[in-house]
Amino acid sequence: MRFDYHTRYRQGFALLKHPADWVNYGVLLAALLVVPLVSSNYFVGELSYVLILCVASLGLMMLSGFTGQISLGHASFVAIGAYGHAWLLAQGVPFILALPLAALISAGAGLLAGIPAIRVSGLYLAMVTLAFSIVVEQVIGMWRGVTGGFMGMLVETPSIAGISLGSPKVFYYLCLLILVLVLLALANLLRSGIGRAFTGVRDSEAAAYALGIEVKRVKVGAFGLSAGITGLAGALMAHHIGYLTPDAFTLLLSLDLVLMVVIGGMGSLRGAILGAVLISMLPNAVALLKDVLPQSMARQSGLEIFVAGAVLAFFVLFEPTGLNGRWLKIRALLENFPLYRRDTFRRQKAYMKSERNR
Amino acid sequence: MSPALELFSQLTVNGIAVGAIYALVAMGIVLIHKATEVLNFAHGDLLVLSAFSAWALIAGAGMPFWLVLPLVAAGVGILAYGMDAVIVRRIAGQPQFAGVMLTIALAFMLRGLVQMVFGTDSQSYDTPWTGGSVRILGVTVADLSLVIMAAVFLIAALLWVFFRKTRLGIAMQAASQNQLAAHLNGVRVKRLNSLVWALAGVTAAVAGIFLAPLTLVDTALWLITLKALAAIVLGGFGSLPGAVLGGILIGLIEQYAGVYLPDGFKDIAAYLVLIAVLILKPNGLMGDAHGRRV
Repeated sequence: MRFDYHTRYRQGFALLKHPADWVNYGVLLAALLVVPLVSSNYFVGELSYVLILCVASLGLMMLSGFTGQISLGHASFVAIGAYGHAWLLAQGVPFILALPLAALISAGAGLLAGIPAIRVSGLYLAMVTLAFSIVVEQVIGMWRGVTGGFMGMLVETPSIAGISLGSPKVFYYLCLLILVLVLLALANLLRSGIGRAFTGVRDSEAAAYALGIEVKRVKVGAFGLSAGITGLAGALMAHHIGYLTPDAFTLLLSLDLVLMVVIGGMGSLRGAILGAVLISMLPNAVALLKDVLPQSMARQSGLEIFVAGAVLAFFVLFEPTGLNGRWLKIRALLENFPLYRRDTFRRQKAYMKSERNR
Repeated sequence: MSPALELFSQLTVNGIAVGAIYALVAMGIVLIHKATEVLNFAHGDLLVLSAFSAWALIAGAGMPFWLVLPLVAAGVGILAYGMDAVIVRRIAGQPQFAGVMLTIALAFMLRGLVQMVFGTDSQSYDTPWTGGSVRILGVTVADLSLVIMAAVFLIAALLWVFFRKTRLGIAMQAASQNQLAAHLNGVRVKRLNSLVWALAGVTAAVAGIFLAPLTLVDTALWLITLKALAAIVLGGFGSLPGAVLGGILIGLIEQYAGVYLPDGFKDIAAYLVLIAVLILKPNGLMGDAHGRRV
């Protein structure tokens, strides 16, 4: 069992709480760095896709998990980032500039989409973002001059200073670098004043307001930041897909992102990563499942969506804190082994609390 | 009648017919939301399920339409009752977001099941009114549209009477206003909430059976949930008359946008209305204003 015994003030807000964590995360990073050297191009390609989804999931987690703003339309920001990036590349903007610019464009769209958040919250906000993403999908389809419409748009091979990033292994390192940067930036942001303001708005708007936090500005800013990160993921996604069409960014992608955040566990960066990994592995798991099932059931196409729904329902009903919460429980069990009390994480009795009048 | 006016009246009739379906779906969602504060994203998939079941019974088993309608409505009603009693009831007391996620999960499962059982191909079936049409005041109206309008307004009227005049309806109103007070007065709140789900399931089934012959029996029909959400927001959240009014207005707006606005607006008109209403007038047309509770 580990005891937190702080001898210095700074230990209270350290990036990682325990020295052992530095070792653990270092080993994980080293493993991720070695993987491309020992595995096939196909596997590395799939792995880069998982990393991209992690970035997108972190973007949504920042908004939903930390600021408490529901968004059911984050695929639109992925799309805006992807198309913005591809368009900038087609205009001859170098890759190294196009990537942050695409994130900025997406952040601008996020600020726009965040304006309704000033007036509405909860279910209403979910509906606004849902409607926004459908509108964006349609606009992309109609705006042929920039996006190529429903015909699609080819994404140029990225290169930095003459070195091509086209090979899957080089691209993997790029994705890994961006994921680590985003993760560090968010982890630092969330323990700064701005991050505390986000959490404050999530937990009680009135209390945050009373403490002098500009709730409206925080909400819209959170939308912008989240959209920017998701747009960055979109720009990387553009290279992974290679050929952009509007139907790559439908409602299902939005719902997948929400699934990642919820299954991972609301309000934790680790959860966003765990959720993204689990959801991106789900199709492979279903493919394995199909080998076991009888032929007549395995042929049907609805199995994947059914399993996704079942997993989500399972987590909402039995583990609302998500994978991260389950991990914390397992860790506590291991650390306190003979002394573990089952009631440590027992949920309090919840009473019906109306959110009708929010 | 001048061509422009004729076009306009034709659009109006079509809009009301489509809007009536939106209104029916919207009423189902509002019923559940008023009773249990759960926004049911699985409503559209109940509709898809009933459309496919009706297709299997009419086109596959050759049963008459009038037998299939009550059969499917009862079946989906029982399914909806079970969904609440077994699954959704468990998350009472958790934040609204949990309800959204759970109904999305249920929607995924229903959609997957429908695809596994009935396949992914689009289907169609005939009703007693398919193909016929009448001319009223120089406007051609399909018989099916007339029947749909009549059915929707009949259901709306029945619901109105049910909630005003019957013990069960008044108990439902009481439970939706204050669950604890209703419980203390001897209302069996849990069972009542499941009954509301069943009632909403029946409206979804009727909507599905009547909508499918207008378009096609297809899993994409669930998207009507989103149109119904626009209708609910426009009409004012949590108001049944508002849902009917909003549904018909959304139907009309869509039809007009398809002709009088540039290409592509028809598909997003409903969503633009939703965004605009929520920014400008979040209470909708008939919603009651209430303050923010701290």
